[in-house]
Order: sequence, then structure tokens, then C-alpha cells
Amino acid sequence: MPKKMENDLITLTIDGTKVKVKKGTTILEAAKQAGVDIPTLCFLKEINEVGDCRMCIVEVEGRRGFATSCIQMAEEGMIVHTHTPNVLEARRVILDLIISNHAKDCLTCTRSGNCELQALATKFNVQQIEYEGERAEHKIDDLSPSIVRDFNKCILCRRCVAACKKVQGIGAIDCINRGFESCISTVGDRSLNDVNCTFCGQCIEACPTGALHEKESIDDVWIKLKDPETVVIVQTAPAVRVALGEEFGMPIGTNVTGKMVTALKRLGFDKVFDTNTGADFTIMEEANEFIKRFTKENHLPMITSCSPGWVKYIEMNYPELLPHLSSCKSPHQMFGALIKTYYAEKEGIDPKNIYMVSVMPCIAKKFERQRPEMTNEGMDDVDNVITTRELSRMIKQANIEFTKLEESTFDDPMGEATGAAAIFGTTGGVMEAALRTAQDTLTGQELDKINFEQVRGGEGIKKAIVTIAGKEIKVVAVSGLSHAKTILEEIKQGTADYQFVEIMACPGGCIMGGGQPIKSSKIRSEVDVRKLRADSLYSIDEKSTIRKSHENPIVKKIYLEYLGKPGSELAEKLLHTEYKAREKYSL
Amino acid sequence: MTENQSKVNENNQCNVCNTVTPFIKELCQTYLPQKDNLISMLNEVQEKFGYIPVEAQKGLSEYLQIPMAEIYGVITFYSRFTLEPKGKYTISVCLGTACFVKGSQKIMDRLTQKLGIEAGQTTEDGLFSIDETRCVGACGLAPVFTVNGEVHGRATVKMLDEVIDQLLAEEKASQ
Repeated sequence: MPKKMENDLITLTIDGTKVKVKKGTTILEAAKQAGVDIPTLCFLKEINEVGDCRMCIVEVEGRRGFATSCIQMAEEGMIVHTHTPNVLEARRVILDLIISNHAKDCLTCTRSGNCELQALATKFNVQQIEYEGERAEHKIDDLSPSIVRDFNKCILCRRCVAACKKVQGIGAIDCINRGFESCISTVGDRSLNDVNCTFCGQCIEACPTGALHEKESIDDVWIKLKDPETVVIVQTAPAVRVALGEEFGMPIGTNVTGKMVTALKRLGFDKVFDTNTGADFTIMEEANEFIKRFTKENHLPMITSCSPGWVKYIEMNYPELLPHLSSCKSPHQMFGALIKTYYAEKEGIDPKNIYMVSVMPCIAKKFERQRPEMTNEGMDDVDNVITTRELSRMIKQANIEFTKLEESTFDDPMGEATGAAAIFGTTGGVMEAALRTAQDTLTGQELDKINFEQVRGGEGIKKAIVTIAGKEIKVVAVSGLSHAKTILEEIKQGTADYQFVEIMACPGGCIMGGGQPIKSSKIRSEVDVRKLRADSLYSIDEKSTIRKSHENPIVKKIYLEYLGKPGSELAEKLLHTEYKAREKYSL
Repeated sequence: MTENQSKVNENNQCNVCNTVTPFIKELCQTYLPQKDNLISMLNEVQEKFGYIPVEAQKGLSEYLQIPMAEIYGVITFYSRFTLEPKGKYTISVCLGTACFVKGSQKIMDRLTQKLGIEAGQTTEDGLFSIDETRCVGACGLAPVFTVNGEVHGRATVKMLDEVIDQLLAEEKASQ
């Protein structure tokens, strides 16, 4: 065997350094192993490897022209040069041409400082644009509640198209028109509002420039924070705490819960609560719903409903399967509903004066928040949703030195949450949390089994069979919408024998949501961002004293004092919702 | 989805949809649901209706499992496909190199001025559309324009005027 391995290796020289790589390695990858960082722009590992922008060109001795290193394979004996005068000149011309048709308003661009094009222009010292000519003018699409598209900043790298079409299997956007008129847009050049977009935001995470970003809503939060009449309450999703620190230069996946809470208090929020408490309620309701369905064999498999991008997907693409969807609202909506009822009553606050802000790793939550079903007594459960990125902007605007902050804890009484809730932020986490509660409920015992390793990890589809109270339950945890499609087709064809399915729209779950800190192509190809953030959540869970939702004292208390039992009439009214078929396209 | 769509059609009482949907259904019976059949199918739709109606795009999207944005990308890439109905007479002026140096821009200018529309548009009465093309393979006859594919070589502004006037006269007579 070792001999064969040896045969599979090839040796080449990159910028004078000899490197041994496996056959089938691109020049770009080989260069990384030689410690050479070839610049790229359209390249996004495993998502967009098309050699479109030609930023990664290199010279190979004995060959005419340039080789596009992100798609050309390394060969035995190759001698590669990555920064000859010819290469440097060609790169500058390519950059010049790209920038000549780019809105150069970096000062007012949300991606300034985190823009791959800007970084390259700085690196190659592009000081003046030689090709000042006609510029394509595109109108900005800001009609959707979640995503703003500004194609004046688009460089046609197609990373967003690949994320939407290839990774998610949606294809809401594509390259339209021809030549100078080419742009990335939708069918009929419509707003994302009118087409099959799920608002997952993976396109934003893929975009190297400011052509795609979330619809920002922090101005409204600032106004409310300064209004003495309004009680401004904030809740933060589990995935936010393991990513927010990245925006302040901290290592990927650092758990900054304590600093985040301090920052939120300093920003002036009257109460800082934890969406994880909401997640514990979701588990109570969802486990109860599952047990009911499981014992009656009613609409199985039951599918989770926490991910609003996923919910919009099934409403548009598989409306006939909607009865499989759990009727549970997502954790932050449940929590918002409880704040404006139970908490308001207890504290003697008029719920109309409460302004509920959710900090989410997700931009589809901005859409979910304004769904007409997400209300109670004419009041929105949640009044504003901001992303992890937006919160980091607020903290910076408030001149808070985040990394130097001392730590503090969420406010009582709604701030106490379990380890089960923490792992909601990663694929497989909702499933695991639900199983912890379901097994105890079905057996009537406090079981020691807590970890369900089979549903952990980064794969898009994770199947497992768990035995609870002597009964086998087949479960599957899915992340990424193209994987969701695979499972939905199985359910549709009647070949699925699962009883419980967890689906999250974003590959890897909420920690990789469309509202999370944007990682450059370079970081994404070198580091497993998902794993670092997920490990951090699992570590929060491990360290928690209470790791099962039904053992959360505040959850127990609210059921006892207010809601009654899971699935009670009041719980149904406040914590559950309904879905409807949606047209994919309104053209 | 298809059920929902047909309901929408009924409610809208849309004439085009009423002919497009059956045509697409028929078309789908002659092609396998494979992605690479898209262009052939679009060709048939273009020939039948003189453009690619939205309903047809939807139908093909469902049948071939290709997102509508991608189909729209194909339609807007090839000048052969159009999103608006073509007129009864499509006049194409060649702006390829040979015709251009022989002054075909003058013919195009005259045409747009005479019909009051730009290239790519159709007159309100639905009679004329203007296209600009690149080389129809008749460089020896440059400059050329075509009317519904029929080539008029060594063209002059006067000749264009005569052709249009004759078509208008014929239309009047047939009414």
C-alpha cells in the first residue's frame, strides 16, 4: 500500500520550493502546501471552482500563456512561478478591468475592510484606473425584508450563483443578459421578493464584495434605545455567541457569551435575555408534539420548523408535505410571545411598550418576524431582528472595546437556559435536544444518556436509529436545502421510514447562517469554520449544569404558573403557528 | 404547483396562457425531461409564439427541473430568443463588419426613425419589429437587411423605404 501511495504523489516546484502533492491537486492547492498564497477572487472552495476571474493566474515554465491555478492540476515536474513581472502586470490589468465597472464608493460600503476586491486592490497597489469608460448602472433591489442586492458592486464572480444553485439547490439568481449588459439577477430581473428565494443568505456569505448584504435595521433599534417610554428587550440566539467575537479579531468559534451580554447592557437594552430559554420551550412543545404524533402514527416523519428559510422552502416547493412540519414557532418567536404576555404581566409592563429585538445568525428571521402569523393580540411577537454582523456594528458604533469587556450573565428571570438549548445552533442540535426530553418523557425516568453522537458532525444528511423506551426511532438531521430536497423526495415517494427529521436551511446549521460574520474565500478554504463554531456550542453544553430542556427551572415555573402543560390551549395560541402554500414565482 | 398554476390561469382568463400551457404540455411529450433539451424546446416556443411567454418559462422550469432564473439567463443570452412578441414582419439590419463599412448604420437609423421604435422593439400595431444582426453570410451583397429572413442586398435607404411602403400598402389592401 505505501508503494501505491508513493505513486499517487507528484513533485513540482512553486516559486523555488519543491512540494509533493497528491495527483489531482490543483496548482492553487499545491501552492498552499508550499507556503505560497496565490490570490483568488471567484474561487470558493468546493462551491465555485470555475476559473472565471483569472486572478489566480501563474506562469508554468515551458508553456505559453498563463495557467489558471484554481482549476489546473499540478503535474509531475512542473515549475511554477506565481509572481513574475508578466503575472503581476496581468493581474493588475485584470483588477483594473474589474474595478473599472465597479462602484468605487468604498467609504460608504458595508463591506469596506472585509472586501476581497478591496484587499486585492491594496495588495497590488492599484492606484489609478486606466480604463475609465462607460459603467453599467443597476438599480438596487432592497424590496425584500432580508437581502439587499446592489449590482453596481458585483464583479460577476458567480460565487453567489453557485451558493444558491449548487449548494442550496434553489437557483433564485443566475447570470442574465450578455456582454456588457451581463449581470446576476432573477427571472425577469425582479426583486428577490417575487421569486423562489428562501432568504437563507448563503449568497451574502459567498459574496466577496458589497453586492449582497442584509437589510440593515439597526437605526430603528438606536431610536428605541433612546426612547424613555419603551422597554427595549433583547434576546440572542445560541449561534451568535460563538461567532460575534470574530468581528473583533477573536479566534473563530470563541465563546463570548459573557462579553456579549455586557456589551448589550452597555448599549442600553433594558433587559438582556437568552433565546436559549425560548429554545427550551421549543423542545418542550416539539417533544410533546412528536410523542403525540409518534404514538398515533400521525403525519410521520415530523419535521422541525425552527429554520425560517427552510419553512419558506417547503411552503414554496413541497406544500403537499406541510402537515409533516411541526407546528412549533421558532425559539425567538416563542420567546417574544412569552415576553409580551407572561413576562409583561408579571412585571406590570404594558406589552405595547415593549420593543423586542432578536439578535440572530440568520437573515430569514427578518422575513419570519413579519409573517402575519407571528403575532398575538395584534402585537408582533418580535419587533426587530438584527444579525450577528449588525450587532457587531452597533457595538463598534457605541465605541465599546469589546475584547476588553468584563463578563456578565443574562438577566433574570428569563435568562436561564440549558445545554440542550445551546446546541440548537448547529445541525443535529435540535434533534439531540428533543431526543433528550423525549426519552425522559417516554420512559418516565431521568436517564443518564445525554449525548447522541450520531447526529453530530458536518455531513448534510445524518441518519441514526435511537432506541427509546424499547422502541426504535429512526431519525435524520439535515442541513442545506439541496439535502432537504433529497429527504423530501423520499417522503413524497413513500420510501422514507424516518419518524423524526430535523432540517436547517444553512449547511452546518445556524452557526453558518446568512447573518454570521463573513469569512473570506481564503479562510473558508483553510479552516473548518463550521466545526470550530459547533465545537464551541457543544462545549457550552458540556459545561452546563442542566442539559435537558424539561429540567430548566424557569421553563418548569412558567408551565406551572402560566401555560399549564405543553400543548395546552394557551401554549398552542402563543407558541404554535401554521403554514401555507406559497407560489414560487409571482411574475 | 401545476395545479395551482392552472387555477391562476383560469382566474386571470389569460388568452396567451390558454394557448401556451397546452402547447408546453404537448412539447413535453416529445422531449425527455433532460436539461440539455432546454434550447431545442425554447426554439420551438419561439417559433410558435414569436417570443417566450412567462407561462412557457414556468412550464419548462417545472418539466426540466431548471430554475427560472437560469432559463431566463439562457433566453437573454441568445438574441434569437425574445421576451416580447415579435411583429408580423421582423426587419433585421446587418451591422456586421462588411455591412457596417458599407453604411448599414444609415439603414438602421432610417428604419428606427421611420418606424419610431428602437432595435429590439415592436411597433404598437404589432406589424414591425427591428433586430440588429451580425453577419447573415451575405457580405458580397453588403449592406443587407432581411425581412422575415428574406435577404435584400446592396441595400439603400430608398430601397428600405420602398419595401416598407409596399408592406404597408399590402396590409391596407388586405384590410
